Amino acid sequence: MGIRNKNKTGELKVKSKTENLSEIRDFVSTYALQAGIPMTTVENIILAVDEACTNIIKHAYKLSAEGEIIIKIEYDDEKFMVTIIDYGKSFEPDRVPLPDLQKYYREHRVGGLGMYLMKSLMDDVTYTSIPGKYNQVLLLKNIRSG
Amino acid sequence: MAEFSTSIKEKGEVSIINLKGFLDAHTAPTLENNFMQLINSNKFKIVVNFEDLSYISSAGLGVFMAYIESIRDNKGDIKFTNMSDKVFNIFDLLGFPLLYEIYKYEEEAIKKFFGS
Repeated sequence: MGIRNKNKTGELKVKSKTENLSEIRDFVSTYALQAGIPMTTVENIILAVDEACTNIIKHAYKLSAEGEIIIKIEYDDEKFMVTIIDYGKSFEPDRVPLPDLQKYYREHRVGGLGMYLMKSLMDDVTYTSIPGKYNQVLLLKNIRSG
Repeated sequence: MAEFSTSIKEKGEVSIINLKGFLDAHTAPTLENNFMQLINSNKFKIVVNFEDLSYISSAGLGVFMAYIESIRDNKGDIKFTNMSDKVFNIFDLLGFPLLYEIYKYEEEAIKKFFGS
């Protein structure tokens, strides 16, 4: 049986500061639990969104706290979708390979781990970049209810 | 704001870092400082106890990667203990068990530093 209330969409707008990550996680958690998603999956979605926003803060806005991050959630009985928008430097996800941990370890590179986690934890991760305008990442998780 | 704290205790030659709360990109610098402190005081035998850690993101895992090399170069190691399934799964997904020793209990990890 599907949830029939109207709060199936939500939006949060925050500044690009790492201290806002906990607010972002709480926001995602509220909606994911409301959607009736099992706890383990909720935790995976929260982590994926955290990783996406951390990447935006570090790479799109280069740790400037003045950028804006918009997180939109939309869900129904079949899928839980999180769209994250920023207005920073565009990102070319094709250039991020799956991490070779040994190599990362030698080179002290950690940035690609977040991307790998997002792709592992979600069913689909889609980047759209309009250079000079905005970047959008769509995180999709298929859910089953009823 | 996410709550995160660490405490360090010494058991003989081994330093144990206890993690508590949420380890993310915001709180990771606290743990980085702990590692820098230990390295600066020539303490290279380190056990990290995850018992009270509720959450970790890749920014937290990155801290362990950042210091492991200099610690091993000094005949030390970072060993992990008391991970919840949730936290272990993230380490596992990223292949950490191949590069780091993970034990169920703190005592076990401490003993491993002395070859038993």
